[in-house]
Amino acid sequence: MTDGSAAVEVVDLVKRYPKSTTNAVDGLSFTVGRGEVFGLLGPNGAGKTTTVGVLTTRVLPTGGRARVAGLDVVADSVAVRSRLAVVPQRVNLDRSLNVRDNLVFHAAYHGVGRAERARRADALLERMGLTEKARELVDELSGGQSQRVMIARGLMHRPEVLFLDEPSTGLDPQARLFVHDQVRALRAEGVTVVLTTHDMDEAAKLSDRVGIVDHGRLLALDTPAALMRSLPGSATVEVTVRGSGSGSGSGSGDGHGAALQEVPGVVRVEWLAAPAGGPDPSATPGATNGAAVAAVQDAAVARLRLYVEADPAELVGPVVALLAARGASVADLALGAPSLEDVFISLTGRELR
Amino acid sequence: MTAGTTTGTTTPSAGRAFLAVLQRDVFVTGKELPTFLAQVLVQPFFFLLVFVTVLGRAGFVAPDYGAIMLPGLLALNALFGSLQAVAFPLVFEFSYSREIEDRLLAPMPVALVAVEKMLFATLRGVLASVLMVPIGLLMVDVSWPAAGLLPAFVMVVVGAVLGAALGMVIGTSVPARRINVLFALVFTPLLFTGSVQYPWLTLEGLPWFQVLSALNPLTYVSEGVRAALVPQVPHLPLWLCLVVAVTASAVLGVLGIRGFLRRALD
Repeated sequence: MTDGSAAVEVVDLVKRYPKSTTNAVDGLSFTVGRGEVFGLLGPNGAGKTTTVGVLTTRVLPTGGRARVAGLDVVADSVAVRSRLAVVPQRVNLDRSLNVRDNLVFHAAYHGVGRAERARRADALLERMGLTEKARELVDELSGGQSQRVMIARGLMHRPEVLFLDEPSTGLDPQARLFVHDQVRALRAEGVTVVLTTHDMDEAAKLSDRVGIVDHGRLLALDTPAALMRSLPGSATVEVTVRGSGSGSGSGSGDGHGAALQEVPGVVRVEWLAAPAGGPDPSATPGATNGAAVAAVQDAAVARLRLYVEADPAELVGPVVALLAARGASVADLALGAPSLEDVFISLTGRELR
Repeated sequence: MTAGTTTGTTTPSAGRAFLAVLQRDVFVTGKELPTFLAQVLVQPFFFLLVFVTVLGRAGFVAPDYGAIMLPGLLALNALFGSLQAVAFPLVFEFSYSREIEDRLLAPMPVALVAVEKMLFATLRGVLASVLMVPIGLLMVDVSWPAAGLLPAFVMVVVGAVLGAALGMVIGTSVPARRINVLFALVFTPLLFTGSVQYPWLTLEGLPWFQVLSALNPLTYVSEGVRAALVPQVPHLPLWLCLVVAVTASAVLGVLGIRGFLRRALD
């Protein structure tokens, strides 16, 4: 896309710092649509911060190009700065000013008129629950409060794109939820949000799409759901079965397990221990396949885990129907979806950074 | 709120952003006025007290020494007043506090943020020097020629610009953990080789110190103010002082802005 309709557009971006032998960002390309919440995920040192640095005009790219709100971040850096706002991970509020003056002066830098900036400051303080703190010096704020001030400050000049760097690192759960609500509210207002994080739950919860970056390269880019689906065989259906499998007429002796293995979408069947205190003491916990099959066929209660490659919800019907046809009943059933963390680890490895 | 939905927003002017940042600095200085006054007036006051009042009364220094030293102190206040207004905040703003980031993201060229800092520092330097005048007049018996007042003021302004440029160079080249070294290795030599406490021409018998003093740009500001206010004391010609101080300001200003861009942009 080159017509400027995207909120953020990164094409073959390269950044190599002086004295470095490798590229911090190494041929990165992605596009963020207007009004989208985009999560940039990656381990420490993956190039997220550098990428955001380029997009926010603070880092000069070595190669490639980047546009924000349709404007080139190098050639039109001044105009770009008026369209974006940055909420950094570390507090960078003006400590010589009180909370409200931080907002008011920020708006003044961005050319907002006197009456308007006073009005916006009061409205944003109210929205962020900071009205009581308006006259306090920023040194006296907690981490969560400082971050709310920084979000309010960023919104004072009504940016088109808001960059949130690690928005909930170091925040308590209440503060984190508040930030999440604010991100959703901004999305509803049409503000594009680019967030960098290594909190997988946060990324999955908030982002319309997620880009996973490592070593300066894009490893995957999709909706969180699609990324999680892309991990084959990592979704699961856990089923607790009561009743014999002998009445099914299979007669082969391997019971439900073999039958379930045949259900389309099931990759593998694993036998789990029978629940503790189950009706049949002979259902040995941790039993190997054959023993467990025997236990189940003795009309006990046992649990199986099916690894599936499809959406696990779609397999509930076929699994229940099959077990019913075999004369067994389903006592309990749980679906396990792979988390974004599984995707992240499978793409970036387990090595410590 | 309907933030972000407008397209084709006009970019606010860089001039407006520049003025707003300047306004911020003036506002903060206004809030911290007592600190500011203490910072710029206490040290020169004690200089006068010890060297003129105390030592003068005891007869260790000549009675007219105060008249020689006061112009030097006006120069010192102009240069150090502005140097401190740039160097210290900058060292911390680029390291611990990162406060400057919000101004670097203002819609104006990054170099203008540096220019604003130097302009504001110049104002502080000039104010620090001018505020020293009534204190000096109370403590020292002087008779300045009326014709020298304007040249002296011009020299003070140039001295403040020079201090701001020097402060920009120092503030962008010294890492925060080295800030204590600044006092020992930069400020103290600057303070004592800048012809503040002595006229430069009296150093003829001490050539190595004369050369050292000639390398300190503060010398030309001190000598220039002295040439304007106490012309009877031997001094360097005013035009020479102006030319050297303006040239040094330009060179250091360019170096300082380059240092600022290097620190502000990766």
